[in-house]
Amino acid sequence: MQLSWKDIPTVPTSNDMLDIVLNRTQRKTPTVIRAGFKITRIRAFYMRKVKFTCEGFIEKFDDILKGFPNINDVHPFHRDLMDTLYEKNHYKVSLASVSRAKTLVEQVARDYVRLLKFGQSLFQCKQLKRAALGRMATIMKKLKDPLVYLEQVRQHLGRLPSIDPNTRTLLICGYPNVGKSSFLRCITKADVEVQPYAFTTKSLYVGHFDYKYLRFQAIDTPGILDRPTEEMNNIEMQSIYAIAHLRSTVLYFMDLSEQCGFTIEAQVKLFHSIKPLFANKSVMVVINKTDIIRPEDLDEERQEMLKSIMDFPGVEIMTTSCINEENVMAVRNKACEKLLASRIENKLKSQTRITNVLNKIHVAHPQKRDDGVERTPYIPEAFKNVKKYDPEDPERRPLARDIEAENGGAGVFNINLKDSYLLENDEWKNDVMPEILNGRNVYDFLDPDIAAKLQALEEEEERLEAEGFYESDDDAIEGMDDEDVEDIREKAAWIRDKQKKMINAARSRKALKNRGTMPRSKMAKSFEDMEKHMSSLGHNMSALQSKQSAAAAKNRYTESGADIVYGNNESAKTAGKLRQSDRLMDGVADASMRSKADRMAKLHRRERNRQARQGEADRHATASLPKHLFSGKRGIGSNDRR
Amino acid sequence: MRIYSCHFCSSPVYPGHGIMFVRNDAKEFRFCRSKCHKAFKQRRNPRKLKWTKAFRKAAGKELAVDSTLTFAQRRNVPVRYNRELVETTLKAMTRIEEIRQKRERAFYKNRMKGNTEKDFLRDKKLVESNPELLKMREVELQRQAERAAAGVDEDAEMGDSDEEMEDASEEESEEEEQQQQKIVLKNKKRSAKKIAF
Repeated sequence: MQLSWKDIPTVPTSNDMLDIVLNRTQRKTPTVIRAGFKITRIRAFYMRKVKFTCEGFIEKFDDILKGFPNINDVHPFHRDLMDTLYEKNHYKVSLASVSRAKTLVEQVARDYVRLLKFGQSLFQCKQLKRAALGRMATIMKKLKDPLVYLEQVRQHLGRLPSIDPNTRTLLICGYPNVGKSSFLRCITKADVEVQPYAFTTKSLYVGHFDYKYLRFQAIDTPGILDRPTEEMNNIEMQSIYAIAHLRSTVLYFMDLSEQCGFTIEAQVKLFHSIKPLFANKSVMVVINKTDIIRPEDLDEERQEMLKSIMDFPGVEIMTTSCINEENVMAVRNKACEKLLASRIENKLKSQTRITNVLNKIHVAHPQKRDDGVERTPYIPEAFKNVKKYDPEDPERRPLARDIEAENGGAGVFNINLKDSYLLENDEWKNDVMPEILNGRNVYDFLDPDIAAKLQALEEEEERLEAEGFYESDDDAIEGMDDEDVEDIREKAAWIRDKQKKMINAARSRKALKNRGTMPRSKMAKSFEDMEKHMSSLGHNMSALQSKQSAAAAKNRYTESGADIVYGNNESAKTAGKLRQSDRLMDGVADASMRSKADRMAKLHRRERNRQARQGEADRHATASLPKHLFSGKRGIGSNDRR
Repeated sequence: MRIYSCHFCSSPVYPGHGIMFVRNDAKEFRFCRSKCHKAFKQRRNPRKLKWTKAFRKAAGKELAVDSTLTFAQRRNVPVRYNRELVETTLKAMTRIEEIRQKRERAFYKNRMKGNTEKDFLRDKKLVESNPELLKMREVELQRQAERAAAGVDEDAEMGDSDEEMEDASEEESEEEEQQQQKIVLKNKKRSAKKIAF
C-alpha cells in the first residue's frame, strides 16, 4: 500500500493545460494544406488534428487521475487524515470532474471526426476542426477550479510525513505545550520546532530511531484539548486519528508543573476522555518536566488523581525531563519493549500464522516392527575382547608407526602393501606373477576353470588327431610323372621370364626419350644382327654364312703389282672396305638427293635465322623442375600424369 | 601393464608403443602405429583393408572360430592370486599356443589345397600355347651347354697366354665379356697374320 505521494505529477492550471495541448498539436501534426489537394487528404489532415488534440487531453487527464490516490483504497488512517486535511467530498468531486471532462472530450472528438468524414471542402473541414477544438477548450476552462484545488492538494500531500501504519510506532500525545516535541527531539534526529506556546506543532511529525537493531518510528502529534470530538478542530483531529488508527504504544505526556497552562486535573480528565481510543494498545503515562516538580512532591489530592490513571489496565507511569535529558532513554526503551511484547502477543493471538507453519511440519514417529523384538546395536565379540590401547604398556599391540621406527624410521622404511593381501595362503603374498608370456596377457588366461577347459581341449585334440585332421594328403597331379610335372613347371617359368624380357625390350625400343627416329624402312640392319636373331630362333645359318663370307672375300681388296711397286704408301695400310655405313648418304638414294636435301634444309633455315628464332640445333637446357609437373593441386591423380 | 590389441588392425600393442585416442564418451581406441591411427581418422573400414586382421578373419583367410581362441578373455570379475592356479595357467598357455599353431598350419594347408593342380594346369596351357618360345629355349640351353663345355677349356688357356691383358679385377667379369675378348683376340691374330705377310 502506498504510504507517501511525493511523485504526483504537477497539475497545471486550465489555461496552461490548454496551451500545452494545443501547442503540441500544432507542433506534432502537419500544418500545410491546400484547397487543391484531394478531399480525402484534406479530411484526413483535419481528422488527425482533432484526434491528436483529443489524445493530448486524455493523456493529461489520465496523468492526474492515476497520480492522485483513490481515497477509498488507502489505509483508514490516511483516509481519515486526508478527509480532515482536504475534505473528502471536495477531493472526490474534483477528481470526478476531471474524469468527466475526459469522457466529454472523447465524445466531442468522436462526434467531430464523424462529421469530418463527410466534409465537402477545405473550408468546411477547417470550420469543423475549429469547432471541435473550441468545444474541448470550453470543457477545459470549466475545469479551472478543480485543477487549482488539486494542485494545492498535490503540494500538501507531497509534504506529508510518510507514516507507515503497520510498523513499530511510538505515538506521543497529550495536552499542548507539555513537551511532546522536545521528547521527540531527544529520542530521534527529527528537527521539530519547539516553542514555549501552545499549538506549536500543527500537524503530525515523524522521527526514526533504532532499538535492538530494529527500526522504530516516533510520531509527534499536535496537542489535544479536552472537548467532544465534534468540536475539535482539524489540528486536534489529526492526533485523534493517529491514536485511533495506528497500532502503537501511546505515550501520554503530562506536565505536573502546570506551566503548560492546564491543570493536572484537566490533564487527568483528558486521559479518561480519550481512554476508549487506547483499547488494544499498550499505554504509558510519561510525567515530563521532573526538573521542576516530581510526582512525590505533589499534595495528597493530586496524588489521588494520578492514581486514578493507574486504574486503566496495563498503564505505567514514568517520569522524565527533556531539558536535563533525564530518564529519556529509559522511557523510550521501556516503551519499545512494551510495543515489541504486545506485537508478539498479537501475532500469537492470530492463529492463522501458526497453523500455516504447523501444516508444513510433519514429525514422523516410526512404528516398531516385529512385535517387541529388541534391536540393539551389534558389536562383534572380537572387538569387545580387544584390550584397550595404552602407550605405556610394554605389551601393547604394535602400531604402524612403531614398525616404521623399528625398521629405520621415515624415509627408509617403506610399507609393504602386499602384507594386507587377502590370499588363501600367506606364503604367496610376495610372489611375483608374470604379466606377459609369449606376447599374451597372462591375466586374460587366468580362470579358475582353466584346468577343466584345458582337459576338454586336449580331448578334442586327441579326437581330431584320431580323425586324421592333421594328416596332410600329398596333392600329386593324377596321371603325370613327377619329372614331367617339374619339366612343365620349369618351361612355364622360362616362358614367363622370356615374355617379360621381350616386353621390356620392346618398351625400351619404342621409348622415344626426346630423340629423333629414323623410319623403320630406312633403318639399316646388319647381317650380324640377322644372323644372331635367326640362330636364336634355331635356324641353321651355316649355308648363309658361307655365302656371305664368299661375297666378302670377293669384295676384299687384293694387292696388285702396283702396290708392291709403290709399297709402303698409305693405301697399302688400309685394310679392306670400311665396314661403316656412310652417314652422309644414310636415308637418301644418292648424292644428288643428298645435295637437294641440304639445299632445302638451308632454305628452311634461312627464314628461321632471319627471325633469329630458336631452332633444333640450338643448345637448350630444360628446366630441372618443370613447373607444370610439380605445382598445383594434387587432389586428383598424380601430377606426372599431366 | 598389459598388451592391448590395436583397434584397427588387431596387432598387439606393447607398453610404450602406439597411441591412444579417448572419445568424449570415454571409449578408448588404441592404435599400434600412426598408419592405423591415420586410417582410423580417415574413417576407413578395417574390414575393407586387406592388411588388417578384421579383413583376414572376415574373408576366411585365418582361423577365426576355434576352441583355442576362447581361452583369452577380459574378465569383469577379478580373480584372486593363487599360486597353483597361476602355475597351471602358465603351463596351459604354452600348450594352448602349441595347439593353436598346429591348427593354424592345418587351416592354411586346407585353404591352399587345390592350388597345386590349378597352377599346374595353367603352366601346361602356357607351355602348349607357346611352341616357338620353347624352341628358343632349347637353342639357348644348347648354347649354354656348348659354352659351358668350351668355357672350361678357354679359361684354362687364357690363364697363361694373356696375362698382360687381364687384370685381377677382370677375372670377375661375366661370360659375355669373356666372349667379347675372345673376339678381340681372334681379330688380333688375323691382323698379325697380315703383318707377317
